Amino acid sequence: MSAAATPCYHCGEPMPRGLVLHARIAGREEPVCCHGCKAVAEFITGAGLGDYYRYRDASSTRADEPPRPDRWAAYDRPELVERLTRAEANGARSITVLLEGLRCAACSWLADKALSLQSGVLDVSVNPATARARLVWDPQKVRLGDLLRVLEHVGLRPHPLAGEPSEQLALLERRDALKRLAVAGFGNMQVMMFAVPLYFGAASGMDPGMREYMRLVSMLVSIPVALYAGWPFYLGAWHALRARSISMDVPVSLGIVLAFVASVWNALTGHGDVYFDSVTMFVFFLGLGRYIEMIARHRAGSVADALARLAPMTARRMRGDLAEDVQAVELAPGDELVVRSGEVLAADGEVLEGDGRVDESMLTGESAAVPKPPGARVHQGTHNLGAPLRVRVTAVAGNTVLSGIVALLERAQAERPRLAKAADRAAAWFLGRILIGAAIVFAVWWYVDPSRAFSATLAVLVVTCPCALSLATPTALAAATAALARRGVLVAHTDAIETLSKATHVLWDKTGTLTRGLVRVEDVRMFGATTAQQALALAASLEQLSEHPIARAFAASGVPAERASDVEVRAGLGLEGAVAERRLRIGTRSFALGLHAADASEALAAPAPTPDDGTGESWVYLGDATGLLAAFRLTDPLRAEASACVAGLAALGLPSEVVSGDEAAAVARIAARCGIERYAARLTPEDKLARLKALQADGAVVVAVGDGINDAPLLRGADVAVAMGRGSALAQTSADLILVRESLEDLPHTVALARRTQRVIRQNLGWSIGYNLAALPLAALGLVPPWLAAIGMSLSSVVVVLNAMRLSRGTTPQRRPGWPADTQAEAA
Amino acid sequence: MEILYIMIPLGLVLVAIGLWAFFWATGSGQFDDLDSPGWTVLEDDKAPPPDTADHKDPPG
Repeated sequence: MSAAATPCYHCGEPMPRGLVLHARIAGREEPVCCHGCKAVAEFITGAGLGDYYRYRDASSTRADEPPRPDRWAAYDRPELVERLTRAEANGARSITVLLEGLRCAACSWLADKALSLQSGVLDVSVNPATARARLVWDPQKVRLGDLLRVLEHVGLRPHPLAGEPSEQLALLERRDALKRLAVAGFGNMQVMMFAVPLYFGAASGMDPGMREYMRLVSMLVSIPVALYAGWPFYLGAWHALRARSISMDVPVSLGIVLAFVASVWNALTGHGDVYFDSVTMFVFFLGLGRYIEMIARHRAGSVADALARLAPMTARRMRGDLAEDVQAVELAPGDELVVRSGEVLAADGEVLEGDGRVDESMLTGESAAVPKPPGARVHQGTHNLGAPLRVRVTAVAGNTVLSGIVALLERAQAERPRLAKAADRAAAWFLGRILIGAAIVFAVWWYVDPSRAFSATLAVLVVTCPCALSLATPTALAAATAALARRGVLVAHTDAIETLSKATHVLWDKTGTLTRGLVRVEDVRMFGATTAQQALALAASLEQLSEHPIARAFAASGVPAERASDVEVRAGLGLEGAVAERRLRIGTRSFALGLHAADASEALAAPAPTPDDGTGESWVYLGDATGLLAAFRLTDPLRAEASACVAGLAALGLPSEVVSGDEAAAVARIAARCGIERYAARLTPEDKLARLKALQADGAVVVAVGDGINDAPLLRGADVAVAMGRGSALAQTSADLILVRESLEDLPHTVALARRTQRVIRQNLGWSIGYNLAALPLAALGLVPPWLAAIGMSLSSVVVVLNAMRLSRGTTPQRRPGWPADTQAEAA
Repeated sequence: MEILYIMIPLGLVLVAIGLWAFFWATGSGQFDDLDSPGWTVLEDDKAPPPDTADHKDPPG
């Protein structure tokens, strides 16, 4: 079938086999993979926004299920909206909305256009860097619920953020950093311009008046750089010292302050050298590195945002016999809630009525929905897939299981052995050596010539500190970060590159990491005249009322369902019901054969599909009175590159281990297929963290890869945390590296690059310290003429920068993935 | 070479103006989003779709 070769028009994922589903787009039939994608694609083009598909540079998120307009009913109620949003001039309201699935500039264009077309929308500003949109609308003309529905229809799931001062703070922080960076950059350019005549003037003879003048002007320009642009470093150093620790900011601040003070002193007295060029360059490069890191961190989001996505802001509370929409914060233990199918629970509670199935995968990692009869416990943030539930609230806000996980996460972070400390040790070591060296120089000069002791000591401090630190490490890290961003690996904490180069073990989550995390109909086999399309339609019709994840797989396969009647659930076996007067069974093989009147021997003679080949898949059979009609292979597909990735990591000396919350059999199969020998199943987030701690206690440096909420504590505690690009926001918040393209093969490559980066940093440090140690005494003894020293100094820097740039070569430039684009633009 | 005594302060004034302009641009949000404004020029000036009401009727 030709459709199998072309990917889905909307989300770009491969088409499920045995399925023909098309969306009508601009008069043509385009293949789509599911009903959700079909609805989204037709809506986008129907609204005249088809250009989106021409401009986007990343595939859209798979829609999975068609939009559910009733989800936003609470936001249609004016009194509730009033409490959740801010008042603007002329009676307008505003709210910030987090857009899940916003991946590139074209997505933000789409959101902007789709909303601007609505009457009553006064202003829309979409920021692709933070995946947030600020809406201002006139509540007299349009309801907030309608705007949220529009966003969902174009495939961007909105999460309204109430209040949300943190977003504003982050924006101000970015602007502030950019201003300081600009001052450092402009200042550095000016000072360099004056430094060149100073160096060459010293070589060829310069009018002393002009020399003084140039030095004073350099000082004037450097003052705002040292005071304004360098301020965050002093602040960081002060905080570290007050907490009785030494962070990287301490030697950095010491270098800046000493070099600046010495230069000012020399410029004012007219003796000795000035180092204004080094000071400004130092501040600029360090500031640039920090800025890039901050952008990546903001991108990854904050814990508060992550929680906003998980726990809904509204709930339906019963008052007497009437249901009312209330804010989640108003709930108290003892309240009765109605949780409709498809809704997320706003609080922990106990089921009073209803027989639902709840998807708890975000808490436990288990892919199958858990049945919740009356009396069962349900948790905040979990998803009701089944019948409506009446729930009595038992815990709210800070006491829920979800907030317990967040607390665990914070504890894991506080206890992390990790990089932060390793970097601090390195900084303390470096600082210690420099101070000891300076002390020796001071002592020797004090003995030889006390009048020159001060300036000579300063010269040692100034020349060693900035040169080695300002260029050697930041240039290498910046080059590595940029090279990784081009591959779609986002570095949220640059320290991670150093730790990654020393990693010894990899811990994997299963669902959503090694596998794709979605149960899908992978294959259809027919036994008779029924076509694949008909068989899928019958199965989907039977399953449409079921809440089982298997039913979602059929719904996602996108064939239109017909009306089914008398559908009965046979626990552990399957479903039986009638579609168009025809009795059908779907489920296990023997159950599906049960309707067949003929003797068992004929039934068994039906061609059996190849049995489960140990790949973590299951077969579901469809049968009627004539025997078996079809068999469906359902899988949570393993990522194609998973085993190559595990092998690649093993080749680099990193053994892998699976830690999963899922059933043992499923974990064992997946582990075997990836070539992973060690695995553990049915683990809680605490168990995962314990396993990690055990490894770390043996001296291992552990990389953890995960995507779910239940992985967040594991990620926080790990030495290097890797999250998947489409994983939960909470996991990304904890991550050092984010695989934006979700391609696992990037991981061995990243480890290799991290090791190369460490080599380059060591070479750079060795070279610049060696050069300075060699040049300084020679210059002090008057053996090096100033012009030679100037050329030598510049060449030394050029060598360091060129060496670092080797890191950005050798990576094949890939088609630019959508969202690190702005990081690159700002880094450029 | 005496001209430098005038040229350099003049240059610094220009730098100050440039910096002021940069601060103003940053403060007014010019650098908050460097990506999406680029796309708007690619967009054809089409008339809005005739029936904007269909946004409110979810397809499918």
